[in-house]
Amino acid sequence: MPRVLLIEDDRAVRDGVALALRRQGHEVAAAETGEDGLNRLLSFRPDVVVLDLMLPGMTGLDVCRRMRALDQTLPIIMATARGDDEDIVVGLEAGADDYVVKPVPARVLQARIRAVLRRAAGAPADGGIPKIDTYGDLAVDRAGLSVTWQGEPVALAPSELRLLLTLSASPGQVFSRQQLLEAVWQHSYHGDARLVDACVKRLRAKLGEPPREPRHIHTVRGFGYRFASR
Amino acid sequence: MRHLGTRVRTHRLRGLRVRLVVAFALVAAVTATTTGALTFREARTGVLQQSQDTVIVQLRTQVTRLAPALVLPAGRDELRRFASEVAGAEPSGAWRVLVVYRGLEATSVPDDPFEELTPALREAVDSRSATVFQRVNRADHTALVVGMSVAFTSSLSSSWPLTGLQVFLTVPQTTEQAYVDALVTAVERAAVPALALAVLLALLAARGVLRPVRALRHATRSIAEGRLDTRLAVDGSDELAELSHTFNETAAALEESVAELRGMEARARRFAADVSHELRTPLAAMSAVTDVLDEDAAGLDPDTATAVRLISEETVKLARLVDDLMEISRFDAGAAVLHLDEIDLAESLRRTLAARGWTDTVEARLPEPDALRGRVDPRRLDVVVANLVGNALRHGARPVRLDLHEGEGSGAGRRAVIEVLDSGPGIPDDVLPHVFERFYKSDAARSRTEGSGLGLAITEENVRMHGGTVRAANRPEGGAVFTVELPLRRDEPTRDEPTRDEPTREERA
Repeated sequence: MPRVLLIEDDRAVRDGVALALRRQGHEVAAAETGEDGLNRLLSFRPDVVVLDLMLPGMTGLDVCRRMRALDQTLPIIMATARGDDEDIVVGLEAGADDYVVKPVPARVLQARIRAVLRRAAGAPADGGIPKIDTYGDLAVDRAGLSVTWQGEPVALAPSELRLLLTLSASPGQVFSRQQLLEAVWQHSYHGDARLVDACVKRLRAKLGEPPREPRHIHTVRGFGYRFASR
Repeated sequence: MRHLGTRVRTHRLRGLRVRLVVAFALVAAVTATTTGALTFREARTGVLQQSQDTVIVQLRTQVTRLAPALVLPAGRDELRRFASEVAGAEPSGAWRVLVVYRGLEATSVPDDPFEELTPALREAVDSRSATVFQRVNRADHTALVVGMSVAFTSSLSSSWPLTGLQVFLTVPQTTEQAYVDALVTAVERAAVPALALAVLLALLAARGVLRPVRALRHATRSIAEGRLDTRLAVDGSDELAELSHTFNETAAALEESVAELRGMEARARRFAADVSHELRTPLAAMSAVTDVLDEDAAGLDPDTATAVRLISEETVKLARLVDDLMEISRFDAGAAVLHLDEIDLAESLRRTLAARGWTDTVEARLPEPDALRGRVDPRRLDVVVANLVGNALRHGARPVRLDLHEGEGSGAGRRAVIEVLDSGPGIPDDVLPHVFERFYKSDAARSRTEGSGLGLAITEENVRMHGGTVRAANRPEGGAVFTVELPLRRDEPTRDEPTRDEPTREERA
């Protein structure tokens, strides 16, 4: 059973979401504050975290950063109450894998959770031959699902890893944001290109790509992104 | 003020400056002319009076002195000598004398026709014993003609019997004429500088008046353009300064009222945003459990099941309404941001239909893939198309058609035209102008519909953010048509090695 850690300060929302998720077969731990949530992380060992962005005390952004520091591969879904573009972008850049805007129907949340769990669990959709590909300083182990840069392992969040695996599987091919959204996030909510952009930005930062002159992950203006194997 | 400004601009010739100059010049001209004329008249009279008095006294003195020596009756030679003597008494020799005695005439200068002597003067001397004089203008010179009869001196009688001797004298008045001419010249010469000075003063005065007026005009225009903190510098204490002062007070009052209104508006917007936001939390809890309610409704008794399903449905509607309200308050607060990206518009529209499950119900006439690309915010375009198609499906009747084509360049470059057509009864004419208003309900009986009443307002805002237009109309063959026109901006040509990062972030419309 997938284990979900829900961090939400409002009791009604917490109880409602927990109820709905339990009914769908999840094991749910609910935390009222960010600090509580971080504590439960070690004892509960969740498969996925659903994190409210606006929390009293430690904010959702801080919680997200701390969790990323503790566990690079833990999928985090951010639930934002405001849903403003700024909030979403800031949340994604803090390291969230996905976001939902409240109020969110239980089945949508359920679908998102399943998607991030699929991402965290496995190999890329193309099912390519397991091998280690090297691109200059960058080495991608498709079987072991690990990435090294200049010999040092790079800790990537599930969506970042999946994005890198998808792009590098076909070097030179241009992927539209929509294609990446479907391949990596496995939902096609039309127009959610911000997920892709935010994830590319984080991935570039972790791979030490110069922001103005990226070596591997190139922006194709008006289309999307492509991977250069140079 | 605007009226004055318009007039100043459109009728320069009737402007304040010209009017002031003309008025000043007129006043100066009238003053100079009147003063000159009066001065001239008095001076001329004085000059001439004095000269003729002198001449008459001199003549009388001469005649009185010389007449006793003349033996009467006298002959022509005696008369001529007498005339010469009288004329000779004047040192400058300017006198010409005519002596008349019983039909005999003699002049001081031989054969002098004595043209200046008029019959009227001759007659006057004949009829009166007093000295008579006349000024005569002949050709280019003026002369004074004096005539007198010589009477005997008698100590016996009170009457002075006339001797019949008449003396006429002509004196040229060249000097006097010169005086008078000089006067005229002086008046003329004084008038021209006076006029010039008047124009100069008028220009200065006009500047003094016009500068504050111009400042006032600029300030008024500035206020009209929305710079409500515009104030005038008040100097002096004349009427214009008072006007400037009043203007400043008005501007301050206006600024205050506008600030107050803006404050109220901002509070109202905040309130709407806050209310929507506060509604989100309970809705989040309700939305999370509606699926649970729906699932369990099947196992409940019919009344409870109906109630549960009702709650579930209304929660969904409420969630959508709150979403729309949040979106509207973002537009109102100016917090809505465009994330532009160059996309294939036909593909985007196809995805919108597919995501809503409308692919089979809506006939789409879209161009070939990649035939029509444009720089838009994909999420907002999705909202626009979904709203219009959803609206057509709800309020119109099927078949509903979605058209996309490139519009004929109506001035501002290439445009993408998106049309959503339905086959329903169309939109009543009185409703047509209001369809994009918030919560506009065309029919009270139909006031509760699936929509939030904000969909078309949000559509319009989204289109406007792209610099496009949206309009509603009825088709001649029945049904309504909503037409969206979006300007087709393109990215600059893609380079081989594009390095620009994050093309879609933070691009405000």
